[in-house]
Amino acid sequence: MRNTIVNLIHDLAKTDKNIYFLTGDLGYSVIDNFQKEFPERCLNLGIAEQNMIGVAAGLALEGKKVFVYSIVPFVIMRCLEQIRTDVALQNLDVTIIGVGGGFAYATLGPTHHAIEDIAMLRVIPRMKIVSPSDPVSAKVLAEQLLKIPGPTYIRLNKGGEPALYKAPPKMEVGKGFVLKEGNQISILSNGAITQVAVEVANQLEQEGISCEVVDMATIKPLDSDLIIGRLQNRKVVVTLEEHNILGGFGSAVTEVAAEQPRAAILKRFGVNDEYSQVFGSQQFMREQSGLSAEQVYKTIKKLYDRL
Amino acid sequence: MPLSANLAKQATDIRKSILEMVSASGSSHIGAAYSIVDILTVLYFQILNLDPKKSKMPERDRFLLSKGHGGAALYATLAHRGFFPLEVLKTYAQNNSALAGHIVKDSVPGIETTAGSLGHGLSMGVGMALALKAQKSSVRVFVLVGDGECNEGSIWEAALVAAQFKLDNLVLIVDRNREQSMGKSDDIMNLEPFGEKWKSFNWNCLECSGHNFNELADSFNVKQIVRHHPTVIIANTQKGKGVSYMEKDALAWHYKTPKDALLEQARKELDA
Repeated sequence: MRNTIVNLIHDLAKTDKNIYFLTGDLGYSVIDNFQKEFPERCLNLGIAEQNMIGVAAGLALEGKKVFVYSIVPFVIMRCLEQIRTDVALQNLDVTIIGVGGGFAYATLGPTHHAIEDIAMLRVIPRMKIVSPSDPVSAKVLAEQLLKIPGPTYIRLNKGGEPALYKAPPKMEVGKGFVLKEGNQISILSNGAITQVAVEVANQLEQEGISCEVVDMATIKPLDSDLIIGRLQNRKVVVTLEEHNILGGFGSAVTEVAAEQPRAAILKRFGVNDEYSQVFGSQQFMREQSGLSAEQVYKTIKKLYDRL
Repeated sequence: MPLSANLAKQATDIRKSILEMVSASGSSHIGAAYSIVDILTVLYFQILNLDPKKSKMPERDRFLLSKGHGGAALYATLAHRGFFPLEVLKTYAQNNSALAGHIVKDSVPGIETTAGSLGHGLSMGVGMALALKAQKSSVRVFVLVGDGECNEGSIWEAALVAAQFKLDNLVLIVDRNREQSMGKSDDIMNLEPFGEKWKSFNWNCLECSGHNFNELADSFNVKQIVRHHPTVIIANTQKGKGVSYMEKDALAWHYKTPKDALLEQARKELDA
């Protein structure tokens, strides 16, 4: 995903002289070509994220379209106040590209896990939050986001994710997109873990249970209309995310659900609200919170069978 | 009238406006505002390339007040310079006003950035200076921070970057009043040797009185620029400058609002 997005911005920078790309000394081998071609606009600002966000704001104040790149905890949490005060309060055209969403950097340990970022940014007015599920849709969404001014956060996994879409989907920022159709159960998902949603839906289909997967890449602004429709027309609505079960996408969906009459049972899947003391692969870390395809399938099946 | 006499009159008028704004609203930081009035006066009445009627003209010099709690001083300076009517100052910190105690971008013409949280302005100034330099613009970026503000790590992050990118279109002014919220800066977080710190960060470092118009004007002059280095001007100031009892007890007058007899005394001293 990161290569797709960086290459896209690099391409656009060839014709749009206002595009700036800032990194906090991360992206070795990912941004080399960009930096070589545009040394004045692709800048390494060193390991200093608070200043980097402020510099991004300053560039945007001069009319530049600025992209800031680093690993999620460093580019979101270290400098959260700069994001709020410099970027959001001043409503500036700054896009933060965070790599390592969820457990993408699982083995690197807890400092590199990102399970709190969406909750932190959801409460910042004006902030758009987009968490693409694969490289193909990431490109589609990023191309649209480039034309929408104001503060934006693009949450990426890292590199090497499988493509969930064979061709670029007609996906829109702010709208859910049906990745797989089905009419009894709806799995609303975002980010790389959407691959798990697809596996679960396929497994349920084999059991004769019709299950759709909706790619809810845009977490803010949330596609409330789609959520309200699913709550009325499905038996079970499931949210799936690689983020703390508190405060993220699932919480956003329940905020909508709480104020609506609904037929469906709502079930949230997310990372347990705790810091793990054991570490391993992304798959291993997901399993600690019951987020593997097998675990999610079993939980949903049990819930469905009780209906 | 010689230039410096004119500047002195402007500075006094600005201080008078601040006094009325602060006393009417009960929202202070008057000491911190008085400390920077002379700096702002020289900048806005002599140094900055600006047009009060075209506050967004691209070729204007940029001024960023990073110590947002000095907001009253910037509002008053802009109004006296003709950016907006003096009447607007009466709304300062009142209900339904555009003028908050700490400045908000575009709240009134001439306010370039939002400030109030310390340690943000220099980074934004670096971003602006980078953009302008890439455009080969002759516009200069001036950022004013407090010395207490230099406790913030982000100031020193920005200092590294400004030197690394050779931002000689950037001028940082430090309001060196040696006081911060809870006491003397030397006692709370000693910055000395302060000038040496900037020099060791590869900055061109100047020092002057922050209340002497000629010294300030000389420091701001383009001939002081050293090619390929950002410039810092350590402006030695007195918190509460202009009113005797505020100068004497600068710590208390960081937050206090003059009322009754003290308000009268301040009016008299500024009129003298």
